[in-house]
Amino acid sequence: MSVIYVLLPLAFALGIAAVWAFVRATRAGQFDDLETPAHRILHDDDDDDNEPDTLR
Amino acid sequence: MPLTSPAESDSRRKDVSAVCAHCGLPVPPGLIDRDATEQFCCRGCRAVRAAIESCGLGNYYRLKTDQTAAAPANPSGRAYADFDEASFLDRHAPLVMEGVRWTELYVEGVHCSACVWLLERLPRAVPGLLEARLDLRRAILRLTWDTRVVALSAIARTLDRFGYAPHAGRDVEARAARQQEDRRVMIRIGVAGAGAGNVMLLAFALYGGYLHGMEVEYTRLFRWTSMLIGLVVLLWPGGLFFRGAWAALRTRSAHLDLPIAIGLAAGAVAGTVNTVLDRGEIYFDSLTGLVFLLLVGRFVQHRLERRAADSVETLFTLTPSFARLREGDRVREVPVESLAPGQIAEVRPGESFPADGAVSEGESLANLSLLTGESRPVPVREGDPVFSGAVNVGRVLLVRITATGRATRVGKLLALIEECSRRKAPVVQLADRMAGYFTVAAICVSALTLVAWLFLDAHRAVDHAVSVLIVSCPCGLGLATPFAVSVALGRAARNRILIKGGAVLEKLAGQAAMAGTLFLDKTGTLTDERLSVVAWREDPAQTHASLRAWVAALETQSAHPIAWAFAKEATGDDWRATLTAAHDTGIEGTVGEHALLVGSAPFVRERLRELPAWVEEARQDFTSRQLTPVCIALDGRLAAVAAVGGVIRVEAKATIAEFERRGLRVEILSGDEPATVLAVGTTLGLSPEQCHGGRGPEDKVKAVERAKREGPVFMVGDGVNDAAALSAASVGIAVHGGAEASLAAADVYLGRPGVTALVDLFIGATRTLVVIRRCLFVSLGYNLIAAALAVTGVVNALQAAILMPVASFTVLGMALWMRTFAPPKEAAPCP
Repeated sequence: MSVIYVLLPLAFALGIAAVWAFVRATRAGQFDDLETPAHRILHDDDDDDNEPDTLR
Repeated sequence: MPLTSPAESDSRRKDVSAVCAHCGLPVPPGLIDRDATEQFCCRGCRAVRAAIESCGLGNYYRLKTDQTAAAPANPSGRAYADFDEASFLDRHAPLVMEGVRWTELYVEGVHCSACVWLLERLPRAVPGLLEARLDLRRAILRLTWDTRVVALSAIARTLDRFGYAPHAGRDVEARAARQQEDRRVMIRIGVAGAGAGNVMLLAFALYGGYLHGMEVEYTRLFRWTSMLIGLVVLLWPGGLFFRGAWAALRTRSAHLDLPIAIGLAAGAVAGTVNTVLDRGEIYFDSLTGLVFLLLVGRFVQHRLERRAADSVETLFTLTPSFARLREGDRVREVPVESLAPGQIAEVRPGESFPADGAVSEGESLANLSLLTGESRPVPVREGDPVFSGAVNVGRVLLVRITATGRATRVGKLLALIEECSRRKAPVVQLADRMAGYFTVAAICVSALTLVAWLFLDAHRAVDHAVSVLIVSCPCGLGLATPFAVSVALGRAARNRILIKGGAVLEKLAGQAAMAGTLFLDKTGTLTDERLSVVAWREDPAQTHASLRAWVAALETQSAHPIAWAFAKEATGDDWRATLTAAHDTGIEGTVGEHALLVGSAPFVRERLRELPAWVEEARQDFTSRQLTPVCIALDGRLAAVAAVGGVIRVEAKATIAEFERRGLRVEILSGDEPATVLAVGTTLGLSPEQCHGGRGPEDKVKAVERAKREGPVFMVGDGVNDAAALSAASVGIAVHGGAEASLAAADVYLGRPGVTALVDLFIGATRTLVVIRRCLFVSLGYNLIAAALAVTGVVNALQAAILMPVASFTVLGMALWMRTFAPPKEAAPCP
C-alpha cells in the first residue's frame, strides 16, 4: 500500500473543496462586480466624524 | 468647519480662473465671487454641494481623487412621484419581506471612488433606506428600503439633489435572470479549469511513466482518476457543446458546436473504453483543456458584446419615462403609460413631449429633429400639434393629449421598426459556416481511415479512426473567432464605437462591403448637430472690433438654442454682460456701457422701427442659404447680421471621396428640405441624384430595401425617423446624440460625432476579418497536419498533447496582437 492511496484522495478532496467554494462564491454574487469593491475598501467603515482622514 | 485648507483657498483667491468646488470644471469669469472660499460653475453645483454637506457627507470632497467630473451637476428638481405608483413598484421593486423592497436604478454622473463612498452612505442621510450598493462600472445603484418609513420617490429626490439623477432600469427580473446566466457561465469555466488543471497534473505523471517506466498499478490508478475528472468536466461544463450540437442537428443548421461535440464525444468514448480495457490512449487531458479554452473564448466574446449592449441600454434608459399631468392647479408626475387622451400635460423646457397632442397654453419652440430630421426648432403656439419625442426648447407648455403610446407617431414608427427587424434574417458567422464543411470532412476522413486500416491492420483501425476525429476537433477554429472578435470589439469600444455583435463586423468588412451603398443622414454625421455662427456681416459704415465677443458674452446667459451658437465663441474676457430681458425671438442686455439687442429681424424691427438696406440684403442672402439670420443692434443702431446654421464637418468631403474611390456608393437620405440636402450634397461633391431630401420614415425604408437588392446597405442615422431604415439595412449605424429608438434598432453605435468614426469602423472591421481568416488558416493547417499524422498512425499521445495547446496558443496570440481597430488618438471629453 503506497502513500499515493492516501495523498490522491486527499488532493481530490482539497480540489473538490476549492471548486465547491468557488461555486458558492459565484452563486452568492462575489464575481458580479469586480470594480466597485476595489474602491470600497479605501473607505473607512466608521467615519461619522468630520475630522479630515488620512486619505487627503 | 472650512472644507478647503487655508492654502487652497488662498490660491483660489489669487487665481481668477477658479475651478468649481463641486464638479471641478473651470468657473466662468462672470460667476467668480471674490469673497467666497468656494466657487461654483453653476447653480446646480452650488445646490448639490449644499445638499451633500447638509447631510453630513462633506467628506466626499476629500475622497474625490478624480478632480473633474464629466459635466456640471444638474439636479432636475423632479418629484419622482411615478416611482411610488403601485404598478411601478410591482414591476421594478420586488418585495424582500413584509414592507421591505429592493430595486436597481441607473444613476447619472457616477465616476469615481468618492461617488461610491457618497452613495453608499445614503442610508445615514435617509431614514428608512436600509442599504445602498453601487456598481460603479454599470452605474447601477441597488437600494433596499422600508416602504413603511420612506417612499422611493423621497430617496430618488435625495439622489437627484446630490446630482445623481436616478432612472428606472428595465425589469429587475430580466436583469436578475441575466445575472444568473452570467454566474452559470462563470461556474462552468471554473469547474472546467479546475478539472483541466488536475487532469493535466495526472497526465504529467503518466507521460513521465511512459518515458521512464511506471508500475501498472499506479498507471491504472492515474488513468481511472483522469477518466473520472474528465467525464465530470465533459458532462457538466462541456454539456453546453452537446446541447448546442443537438440544437444544430435538430434545426439542420451548421454550428461550430457540432464538430466540437463530435470530437469531444469520440474522445470521451475512446478514452473510457481504453481506460476500462486498460490499453491505448485516454485523451482526457486534451479534452478537458479543450473544454476549458473554448469556454474561456466564448466568455470573453460574450462579455464584450454584453458590455456594448449594456452601454447602449444605459443610454436608452436615461430618457425619462414620466409625464407631468396637470389636474386643476396641481401637477402630478405619472408614468407615461398611464396617460390618456384628453388630459393636460405640462412640458418644461428641455423635456420631450410625453405624447402627441395640441398646445393648449403657452408659446415655445419645439425641436422635431428626432422625428423629421429637420434640425431647426419650429415655433409652436396655441392649437399647434406637437408630437411625442419632440423636445420643447423654449418655455413651459401645456399640451392637451390626443394620442398616447402606440397610437402616437413615434409609436407607429416603433411598430415599423419591429416589423423590419423581424424580417431580418439572422447572420451565420464565418466560423459557423465553415463548421458544416468541417464536420463532413472530418467524418469522411475518419471513415476512410477506418476502411484503409481494416485492410492494413484491422487491430488498430478503430483506434486510428478515432484519433482522426479527435485531432480534427476544431479547437483553433472555436477559439480564433471569439478571441479575434472580442479583441476588436474591446478596441472599438475604447474608440467609442459600440458594436452589438461579432457578426456585424463580417458584414462591414472588405470588398463585399465596398460593393454596397452607404446612406447618410445629414444631421449629426455630415453637419454638426449644434448650431454655429456661419457668417457675420457688419455695418459697412462702422465696425466694432469686439462686437462679436460682446454678443457672445451676453448670449452665455441665455438658454435659447440659438444662443448656444454665439455662446460657444465666448472668449472668457471679463466683459460685464447683463441680460435685462429674454424673449422667444430675441434678448436685450448691456455689455459694459453699451446696450445690445440680439434677435430675429421682426424682434429688432419692432424696437428700432427701421432696418437698413444692407441688412435686408444680408437677410435674404442667408435665408436663401437655409441659414437663420440674427440681427444685432448696438446702442439703438443696427450693427451686424449673423447667420446661424449647421456647419458641414471639415473632414466629411475627403471621407466621402475616399469611400467612393473604394467603390462604395454614398447617398444622403434625409428628412430635411430637399433644397437644404442638395446644398449640403453639392458642397460635399455629390451629384444631385445622390441627394434625397424630404424623405419620410417609410420612404427611407423603401430606399434601403431597393438598394439592398444590389448589395449590402449601410444606413447611418440618428432620429426616430431613421430607426426603421436602420433596422431594415444590412448594418444600421446610430450616431452620437441620436434618439433612443434608433439606438435600439441599430447594430452599431458611434459615440463620436462626425464621419471619421465611420471610416474607423469600416477599416477596423476589414482588419478584424483579415485576422480571423489568418487564425482560421493557421488552425485549419494544424488540423490538416495533425489529421494526416493520425491517419498514418505516426502521431502518439505525447506529440498530440504538445501540438494541441501549441496550436491553440498560436491562434490566441495572433488574435490578441494583430492590429484591428486603431488605438484612440486622444480621450475626447464628453460633450
